[in-house]
Amino acid sequence: MTAYFLQGFIYLIAAIIAVPLAKRLGLGSVLGYLIAGVIIGPVTGLVGQETVTIQHFAEFGVVMMLFLVGMELDPRSLWEMRNKLLGLGGLQLSLTVGAVTAICLLIGLDWSIALTIGLVLSLSSTAIVLQTFSEKGLTNTEGGRSAFSVLLFQDIAVIPMLAMLPLLAIPELVEIAAQHGGGEHHVELSLVAHMPPWAHALVVIASVVGLIVAGRVLSRPLFHYVASSGLPEIFTATALMLVVGIAALMSLVGLSPALGTFLAGVVLANSEFRHELESDIEPFKGLLLGLFFITVGAGINFAALQSNLLIVIAATLGLMAVKGLVLLIIAIIFKIRSSARWLLCLSLAQAGEFGFVLLSYTQQHAVLPAEIAQVLSLVVALSMFLTPALFIFFDRVITPRYKETEGEREPDKICEYGPVIIAGTGRFGQIVNRMLVANGIETVVLDHKASQIEEMRKINIKSYYGDATRTDLLHAAGIEKASLLVVAIDEPQRALELVEQVKKHHPHVKILARAYDRMQNFALRHNGADVVISETYHSALEMGEEALLALNYHPFRAQHLKYAFEETEDEISDDLYLSWRDEDEANTFSEHTRDLFLKLEDKIRHAMGQDRDGKHSRSERGWTPPPKNYLDTIQGDDNRDNKGENQD
Amino acid sequence: MTDRGKRILILFAHPSPDRSEVNVPLAETSTEHSAVTFVDLYREYPDLRIDIDREQQQLREHDVIVFMFPLYWYSTPAILKEWQDLVLEYGFAYGAEGRELHGKTFLCAITAGGTENAYHREGFNHFEVRELLVPLENTAGLTGMHYLPPYVLFGARTAVEEGRVSEHIAGWQRLLDALAANTLNLKRAAGSNTLNDELAAIAGSTA
Repeated sequence: MTAYFLQGFIYLIAAIIAVPLAKRLGLGSVLGYLIAGVIIGPVTGLVGQETVTIQHFAEFGVVMMLFLVGMELDPRSLWEMRNKLLGLGGLQLSLTVGAVTAICLLIGLDWSIALTIGLVLSLSSTAIVLQTFSEKGLTNTEGGRSAFSVLLFQDIAVIPMLAMLPLLAIPELVEIAAQHGGGEHHVELSLVAHMPPWAHALVVIASVVGLIVAGRVLSRPLFHYVASSGLPEIFTATALMLVVGIAALMSLVGLSPALGTFLAGVVLANSEFRHELESDIEPFKGLLLGLFFITVGAGINFAALQSNLLIVIAATLGLMAVKGLVLLIIAIIFKIRSSARWLLCLSLAQAGEFGFVLLSYTQQHAVLPAEIAQVLSLVVALSMFLTPALFIFFDRVITPRYKETEGEREPDKICEYGPVIIAGTGRFGQIVNRMLVANGIETVVLDHKASQIEEMRKINIKSYYGDATRTDLLHAAGIEKASLLVVAIDEPQRALELVEQVKKHHPHVKILARAYDRMQNFALRHNGADVVISETYHSALEMGEEALLALNYHPFRAQHLKYAFEETEDEISDDLYLSWRDEDEANTFSEHTRDLFLKLEDKIRHAMGQDRDGKHSRSERGWTPPPKNYLDTIQGDDNRDNKGENQD
Repeated sequence: MTDRGKRILILFAHPSPDRSEVNVPLAETSTEHSAVTFVDLYREYPDLRIDIDREQQQLREHDVIVFMFPLYWYSTPAILKEWQDLVLEYGFAYGAEGRELHGKTFLCAITAGGTENAYHREGFNHFEVRELLVPLENTAGLTGMHYLPPYVLFGARTAVEEGRVSEHIAGWQRLLDALAANTLNLKRAAGSNTLNDELAAIAGSTA
């Protein structure tokens, strides 16, 4: 027991020291974990024997990660990815396997060994790549998504590989294994070990179908039942139970647990409990994944490395070059350009954790000789170790280079002009655009977030990548011919600059700007915006009206109270603006502004139906009846008037 | 009765001017008249939220008030009714203190889908146009305004095809001139069924 505590302590403290340090140095958390592992393992020898056991345990982190990845994808978006998945993934895998196998054959290895090595090394590290992507915010870039497709295909491909590898077994090795009586005790608990192939296939299909059906049908009542207990830890336990259970089931029938949980994640992607599940699993995933990386570092066998140093280094570099090249070719075929192309090449050029899995499997099934397997596992580990360096290379060298040229390439060529230019297609600009387009008005939409543009294109809204504050881009968008500019970009400062620029250089363009709050509203107005709408103001007014309705106000009255509020606001906002401007120039907080705010509140209270002249409330002005004594005092007069006129 | 330079306020109400064949040309002609202040109510208040103070001030500044609209269900389009409900307030247009409209002239310039024959006791609509507008006539009475019968274009849906629009517009221009110059015999006109009947008299007087 004491030993476990000690080792646990060592692992944790290594992570705690190394990871933040690595992050601060810009190396990313993955490298931090790897270095921590190297230090506590081969360097200082604090841990050692138990690494393999812990590694098995830590692989569970990968399983959880795929569960979470699955949950990010609902079946529909998975289906939409099918071309990329098959195209990119299939090509990467087959080309890499082919290339590695060919090289192995060239250096004189037996074909079955060569093919096995090709299969083992063709896989990349889902764990490192996805973790790094999410840390660097690359998940939703073009390169990130392409890489994800490849990884997903690889993870699926592990299943046929596991089925195929035993066929490659080398008779002599099998004999040795049999003599040692080994193999058996390595074989894990399995339901299907002694089944004929057709039964095996049936069991596998039944498990997968069962998983999907149970996920669809049983998960809801289960989660409801658990959630109704009101005990968050039991919900966490359920989430863990689910992942552990699926992983166990998949292992039992000889499928990849990671793939099984991925599938379960996809099934649960539309569940109402999705976010809760995610946040429950997330911390476990993070820690276990970290543990996994530590064990990769700690598992590096320095003795074996020293004796095969040159071979390992040459093989690792060679492998990464080959994989990178294959990816480059694919990127060219699939027309992935600029920095996305480099991201795809560099991020997937390593071997992955499934390589370890396959390696231990090849050992069990006597496919590879032990010494080759050991060198290979060093190559896998080393290539994983080098991956963060490639990401750093990408960050420091590739990205800055493309920042410049990306500016050249994207500002996409704008081929259509319209009377309206819309800058920013977030939740606000989008609605404006939709309304205009629905009425057949041509718009030119600009946004500097490439992902946003792609989203818009998916729903058939033509929009262009580009920073609207750049004069050349505005020119390209046809600002000279435009009559309207809608500014709906998020960054307040950039919105202000844009308004100011356009007002200065293109005074004929009417500017409609979206403001974050009252202060920005004033600032935009000050910079020359013709119409300013505060983004939440009108929806809040609607909500206020809904609140009155919910309090049983008559709908017509509720609406007019809202109008009265709005009118009063409008009335005094000019005063407030002037006060703000003076204050802005004097750069002091004036008492005046505060007074105005108080006055505003007062006015609004007054407008809200307090009696005017004892009879008329402002909000209902004109619909109030005459005074009760009206007939007594007036009728005589009135009749005389009318009579006079009629007889005139 | 002889003072010169009457100011005319036209309150125009057409909820779908892009479909209009008669009212919009009529309105455009009106805006060109020097004595006219033209208000497109649906343009000013697309949400029907009428600025009461502003409208009342405008009324004070004019001598002749005109409602210009297509007849909708024998009455005004909704915004003109809303305008009446809100602007003709107690204490402004009626009541002991409400004498702001006293002595002004009020009339309607309308287009009707039906032919003139349809607006008769024996006709399809059973009432004369003037009879249908009695609520407005009474409102004018109660607020102390001189009521004039409406200037009407019947069969408005086919007026363009039948080439009757320009004549109608020309007649309206003459009426505006007469109102501005105060040469219209108000007493005589008040007794007619439509102001169209007065055009001959105007022509005679100016000739």
